[in-house]
Amino acid sequence: MDISRRTFIKAAAGGAVGVSALGFDLRPAQAAVRQLKIRNATEYRTVCPYCAVGCGTIAYVHGSGGLNTRNTVIHVEGDPDSPINGGTLCPKGASQMELAISPRLRHQPLLRRAGAADWEEVDWDTAMDWFARKFKDSRDASFRERDDAGRVVNRADGIAWVGSATVSNEDAYLITKTMRAMGLVYIDHQARI
Amino acid sequence: MADSLTIRRVSASPDAFIPISALRSGGPTYAKLVDIGACIGCKGCEVACKEWNDLGVEPTANFGSYQSHRDLSPKTWLLMRFNEVEVDGNLNWLIKKDACLHCEDPGCLFSCPAPGAIVQYTNGIVDFNQESCIGCQYCVTGCPFDIPRFDASTRKVSKCNMCVDRVEAGLEPACVKTCPTNAISWGSKHDMLALADQKVETLQSRGYANAAVYNPAGVGGTHMMYVVPHGDRLADYSLPSDPTASPAPMTGLMFMKRLGAWMMGFGVLGALVHFLRYGPERLDEHGDHRDHGDGPAREAPSARLGGHDGHGDGPARQAPSA
Repeated sequence: MDISRRTFIKAAAGGAVGVSALGFDLRPAQAAVRQLKIRNATEYRTVCPYCAVGCGTIAYVHGSGGLNTRNTVIHVEGDPDSPINGGTLCPKGASQMELAISPRLRHQPLLRRAGAADWEEVDWDTAMDWFARKFKDSRDASFRERDDAGRVVNRADGIAWVGSATVSNEDAYLITKTMRAMGLVYIDHQARI
Repeated sequence: MADSLTIRRVSASPDAFIPISALRSGGPTYAKLVDIGACIGCKGCEVACKEWNDLGVEPTANFGSYQSHRDLSPKTWLLMRFNEVEVDGNLNWLIKKDACLHCEDPGCLFSCPAPGAIVQYTNGIVDFNQESCIGCQYCVTGCPFDIPRFDASTRKVSKCNMCVDRVEAGLEPACVKTCPTNAISWGSKHDMLALADQKVETLQSRGYANAAVYNPAGVGGTHMMYVVPHGDRLADYSLPSDPTASPAPMTGLMFMKRLGAWMMGFGVLGALVHFLRYGPERLDEHGDHRDHGDGPAREAPSARLGGHDGHGDGPARQAPSA
């Protein structure tokens, strides 16, 4: 007839286990919403490097920018304040973070020598020397001081320069100035091809 | 949890255990409006979805369509389906932005037996909480739009969560933000319905007489709505014409759970009452039941310490005295 304290606790514990096993979970019902991944990132306003439209983008970056730190891009999306795109991005632009972080990104120039079937990885000095040599040779071979009518033109008809939407305004300025100085006439841009 | 994510429904959980925040009115109800007439099929939304949600790349192969993947997957929550259909003798792409429609009455949530695995917020988003998912895939069966996908390696189901983390922070979902032709719009459900009517009117004035809004009543309306130029060809858009979702599985489960709990409670209570009324069973010095001590004694089949089977009605068994 008498219930010992021990028996009572046993019964109470058994009852609690039974009830929770039947689905009465007393924890507050919560969903684990992933935290906003850009919440502590630094925003850098930049321009999409791909086509000539020049969509404004925001790059979200982790890292303080300190001397010992390499910053990491964690997300890129359209800049809603840009009058060009108003925050929208095409599929290529939406994936542009890969341009910074992709493990398939090449960090070395590739050179395919005349007659070779494969590309070889070369250092920058080799690449620049090769390029300068070719440039000089082509220019020397095709340079015309005067045209057929005898007018001074000083142009290198054998070389064309194709720019890119990836280059910045400053790059484009330098390219134009340098190439015009070399006598190039055929200077064009990726977006017109 | 952030206050802006007030919970409306939780899978397999009785209403009584929804937290007190459910008493609040909840704030805005959002909706995504997909104007298929304005979609150019660039798949920017697909990329933005993958990028934001860190879903990773799934290699694709050309199978004779502009469509990227053949089907949704646990890593592809959004797929532009390029349905090639001849309309009036011309080949048309009846594109469908295939992703969760975030039903007002979500069939997945109703059929989910795992408490807390599927949550519906008052802002309209239906979210899967993979930590509570038991991998039973009832939601896959329960979804009238065939959206949730089961991952055999993690044994969890996943789907579009309408970028609930962005929405909570006041941003639009990634697909909405990136759409370059403004085919996807974002705002309150009220505003999106008004915008949808405008878009339908425009389409009709341009000769699409059957243009319509897809906001099916069978699931109480959806929080991703479509404007379809050919409203008479829903099947060609791979949109079910009359999807339904019934809360019957959830209420049934709740009934069974309550019944089970009550039965368990009564069982414990009954045992307690019996114990209080009759007390513990006492044996005499021969190990026999006191009240049935006159029956023929029998060898116990195995040695059991103080053993008796708890039923006082059988013939008493021989038990070694302690």
